[in-house]
Amino acid sequence: MNRPNGYSGIWGLQMGLLFLMIFYSFFCAAGTVKVDQNGKVKTIQEALGMTSPGDTVMVYGGNYSEGTILIDQPLTLIGINRPIIDGHDRDSDIIIIASDSVTLEGFTIQNAGTSYIKDLAGIRVRRKNNFVIRNNHLINTMFGIYLEKATDGKIVDNQVIGQAIEEVSSGNGIHAWYCKNLFISGNTVESHRDGIYFEFVESSQLVDNISRNNLRYGLHFMFSNNDEYTNNLFESNGAGVAVMFSKNINMYHNTFTNNWGSASYGLLLKEIYDARIEENIFDGNTMGIKVDGSTRVTYHNNSFENNGWAIKFVGGSYDNKINNNNFISNSFDLVLESARNNNTIDGNYWSSYTGYDLDKNGIGDIPFRPVKLFSYIVSRTPESMVLLRSLFIDIIDFSEKVRPMFTPENVMDHAPLMNKVVY
Amino acid sequence: MLKILKYSFFDLIRSKWSYVYFFFYLVISSSLLYLSGDISKVIISLMNIILILVPLIASIFGVMYYYNSREFTELLLAQPIKRTNIFLGQYIGLAVSLSSSLLFGLGIPFLLFGIFRSAEIWNFIILIVTGVFLTFIFSAISFLVALKNENRLKGFGIVIFLWMFMAIIYDGLFLLSLIVFKEYPIETISLTLSMLNPIDLSRILILLKLDISALMGYTGAVFRKFFGTDTGLLLSTLILIMWTVLPVWAIVRVSGRKNF
Repeated sequence: MNRPNGYSGIWGLQMGLLFLMIFYSFFCAAGTVKVDQNGKVKTIQEALGMTSPGDTVMVYGGNYSEGTILIDQPLTLIGINRPIIDGHDRDSDIIIIASDSVTLEGFTIQNAGTSYIKDLAGIRVRRKNNFVIRNNHLINTMFGIYLEKATDGKIVDNQVIGQAIEEVSSGNGIHAWYCKNLFISGNTVESHRDGIYFEFVESSQLVDNISRNNLRYGLHFMFSNNDEYTNNLFESNGAGVAVMFSKNINMYHNTFTNNWGSASYGLLLKEIYDARIEENIFDGNTMGIKVDGSTRVTYHNNSFENNGWAIKFVGGSYDNKINNNNFISNSFDLVLESARNNNTIDGNYWSSYTGYDLDKNGIGDIPFRPVKLFSYIVSRTPESMVLLRSLFIDIIDFSEKVRPMFTPENVMDHAPLMNKVVY
Repeated sequence: MLKILKYSFFDLIRSKWSYVYFFFYLVISSSLLYLSGDISKVIISLMNIILILVPLIASIFGVMYYYNSREFTELLLAQPIKRTNIFLGQYIGLAVSLSSSLLFGLGIPFLLFGIFRSAEIWNFIILIVTGVFLTFIFSAISFLVALKNENRLKGFGIVIFLWMFMAIIYDGLFLLSLIVFKEYPIETISLTLSMLNPIDLSRILILLKLDISALMGYTGAVFRKFFGTDTGLLLSTLILIMWTVLPVWAIVRVSGRKNF
């Protein structure tokens, strides 16, 4: 009867000691090392040799150029007056985070160089978790922030500015590969290949980011499931956002604007299942959304204005719901050609709708066919786009509208709204 | 010639149809500007109107003016004046008065809206220039048709058909040929075909200026490469000038030989 008690006594003692040690390491021993070019410790490397886990390293303003900095202990690095860590185009990573629980804050990190063989990065996180990268400026680092199998990280308020000229010699602003539970917020990413790139990334959130002037995509999902991006701005990219081979992606309140060029899209969807696209604004894109295979996707409360094509479906797309959207002044509102169509396209506002509403319930009394004959012709003979806005085209579009012969007859909005959707 | 030109011009300027034409453009452009406020969108809307209406009005006006002033023309022919001077004077008077209706009708609202402070000034100039060209081209064609046909009904019919051909049927045949020959590399042919019709040429010039070319994908790139360069612009201006000069030359020829 005593033995178990004795056991638990020793167990308790051990636990107590362990707790003490943890407590000690976190609160008592958590020292601060100051790095200052005029002070005692002059380089960050030197400081890293002196720290123990949990310490804080304060780096004061100045230009630090000391090769690759490897952080292999749980540390907090804080830059005061924005110290510069310069890679001098040495073709190596600038900072590597190789420990859990590292915080990096307030630095300017620049000039990683350009390599065709290695993926150089400003900040690389390697197989670790609980990192925080906050308020840093990354300038001309081939890849800005590169996450490999990293989880539970926060990337907040950074500016990642690249100098990409062509796709082969440039990297992505924020690159995540096999990651989980990331929170990426308030970052500005410019002039890279892809602004933000997700490959095999699960359960992550992107909020309030700005991605512009990137060569390929502002944001790129590959094989990434259960992610969400909200309130982001995608401007003047090759294509705003590309979501490919992914499931359960939520896209809310984003703005896709001015992605304009002969092969540009606001949003490109490729083999997508169960996504929600809600309350986004697509303004001035060559193609608002290009859909190459989407199933069970909800398009709800979006605004499409001044686009060449608002939504263009190619390939099989089933069980999509396109409701309560605004389609205003687009050259083509909707292109959907499959003969078998079980997508619902009801209750949208179309600025090109010419019907009437006699019973004044806000819903047009005759259905609207958003697919024009001309869009059907153009997708077969692209050269005929030369005839855009000519009177002949208006006439054949009108006659097709009266009696559809070429465009799918069952693609129509049964309850077109008379007034813009306000949400 | 200058005297006849002046007479024709003031004769037309005083007619109520010139005022109707002028006020039509004034009302359309100012109401579009007032309602939309976006100059670039207004230019696109006006483009559609100008490309269809300017040729139509110029054609009908031209035939009508020729037939109506027929007695006066006969009176002039009895005087010691060169035939060329009489007909050219009348034609230029007509074209100038129509163009000035267009110019002022569109120009005044845009000026008040501050076109000179806007980045769209070049697009607007292209719109006006193509509009003026179309006026000159189609009034010349209609004058020629009227000169050749004593029968008024036939004259009207031919002019309306020509307008319809250029504005609608040509595009239909064009589209048909694009669809039939889509297996072949037809960029150059479609480029040539679209340059042969002044209405199409004007439409493409304006569209490319308004940066719709991105919609056209590869074809757009071909077109942009052609029309976007100085040579392309020069060549299309030359073709528009040719379209004006050829019917005028024909007017001179036909009027010289005609028995009145």
